[in-house]
Amino acid sequence: MAEGHYHSIRFDDSACHGCMACMRVCPTEAIRIRRGHAVMLEDRCIDCGECIKVCAKNAVVPLTASPAGLGHFDYTVAIPSPALYTQFDLDVTPGTILQALRNSGFDAAAALSWSCGAVTHAIDLFLSEYRGPGPLISSFCPSVVRLVQIRYPELVDQLLPVLSPREVAAREAKRQAAAGTGLALDRVHAVYVTPCPAKMVSIVDHPGMEASYIDSAVGISDLFPLLAPVIREVQTSGAKVPETETAAGLGWAFSISLPSTLPAEDTMSVWGLPNVLRILDDIDKGKLQRYTFIECHACFEGCVSGALTVENPYVARARALRLQQSLPKRDPVEPGDLRARHERGEFRTTVPFAVRPPQPLGRDIVTAITRMQERDRVAARLPGIDCGACGSPTCATFAEDVVLGEAEQTQCVVLRQAQLEDQLARLAGAPRDAGGTRRSGHDGH
Amino acid sequence: MTDAEFVRAYEVAGADFTNAGRASTGIKETLKHMGLPSALIRRVAIAAYEAEMNTVMYARRGTMTLHVTPAEVVIDVRDEGPGIPDIAQAMQEGYSTATPEMREMGFGAGMGLPNIRRNTDEFAITSEVNRGTSLVMTVRVS
Repeated sequence: MAEGHYHSIRFDDSACHGCMACMRVCPTEAIRIRRGHAVMLEDRCIDCGECIKVCAKNAVVPLTASPAGLGHFDYTVAIPSPALYTQFDLDVTPGTILQALRNSGFDAAAALSWSCGAVTHAIDLFLSEYRGPGPLISSFCPSVVRLVQIRYPELVDQLLPVLSPREVAAREAKRQAAAGTGLALDRVHAVYVTPCPAKMVSIVDHPGMEASYIDSAVGISDLFPLLAPVIREVQTSGAKVPETETAAGLGWAFSISLPSTLPAEDTMSVWGLPNVLRILDDIDKGKLQRYTFIECHACFEGCVSGALTVENPYVARARALRLQQSLPKRDPVEPGDLRARHERGEFRTTVPFAVRPPQPLGRDIVTAITRMQERDRVAARLPGIDCGACGSPTCATFAEDVVLGEAEQTQCVVLRQAQLEDQLARLAGAPRDAGGTRRSGHDGH
Repeated sequence: MTDAEFVRAYEVAGADFTNAGRASTGIKETLKHMGLPSALIRRVAIAAYEAEMNTVMYARRGTMTLHVTPAEVVIDVRDEGPGIPDIAQAMQEGYSTATPEMREMGFGAGMGLPNIRRNTDEFAITSEVNRGTSLVMTVRVS
């Protein structure tokens, strides 16, 4: 696997004003402002997309595919995230949206519901055989997986080694398309319609797999303006469209449908990265062992609040609940058939989840000790107000940046102000204390 | 062998359950940042967390001091509190003086000190009734 860190986000220097909004909101302190522009610390970014959501200048660019660029493949199949169905008015059914995808250039559009049902069963079968340390942590949100790989290396073996519904759906759709058209499997191009850029990470470099079954992703926000008029055409044509999504499938727009055999009190659902961080901290401390399964989502409302959605996530969630009522309740999966496929490993990830520890402070322990001492010395002089004007999100991160040579201590405006006052006082010939101790910026005179 | 040593002290307030665990999380993050092996960090983190919770639950206040040298990680914990009258008894698995409230929060299984012993290479404990308790926990780097 590549040593480098692929990222699904890029900062556009021509649009970025260095306003610090993204730096302040980044949950892993992976952004700095350098020479007036945001820059990413690649070993810390988990592609959660919080920076995209907060940027008022559209300077954070998701590296998803352009819908226009999908035309040159032999056969493309669209696999929409259930979040797509929540982005339109309630009279637009999932069947209508799938039809509109087929009418707008995709050769096929696959509902996710079978895969969602299959994965719920696969989780059930896996948990019934699992004897390792608990709790297991869901692995379907790529940002959560990256967070574990970077910050909680001891927990990678607790990531659920079951494929996500989108991967299962892409594999099944490709097989079906190949069988139906006679094309080779690798000529069928699976495109995920994604609510967030993080899915790109799992497409380019899928943790736990040699390669993703999905070939590219288009953002819901990019597809939305193209799809809306086609949806209206499908509606006005009066054509009868099949409804292949189910209530359970739609539920995945904000939550994982867990097996009914799993007692609710043995599970936990955690939304939003600050909350996910607290829970992972507790698991890392050896707490929460009595829970079997913990579902974690980087976004506060699950996938409906991904950075590439267009609708207010609360509206989207309410729509999902309403749509669920009108969709078939039945589980489209035959459990008997599934057990055999489970036993063949068809729903399992294929390689262990790797760890991705960020760059340590020093290559060897002696260097790390020296730098950590220096870090504390620098930090002791800083005002501790986390103003961000230096270009680092907190005084603590600034102290590290100084030690690593990424920042100069003079970038601290509070320290500089104090130095300036000192100089002015000296020029004015005012007497000053002869202690000679360094003054930390804000303690005045 | 060099004499490089990193030292940092963390204050722990008794009965402050809102911030309980911050010191051990800080210690863990610091060691990760220094690039120490994750298996070692986990052992240190578990021992530090147990010691911190003991301070929070029983003592008025305490200080945890982290020492890192190329050879070992040492955490020195000193609290001001009731002390432990019978250390041998306190070291027994399952022995606890936790109140029902502490048990309510998931503590009081009587595994704290045994857990520290299990996760450290050296563990020294001294206590003076009505004065406080001191722990020295050592995990060797190699």
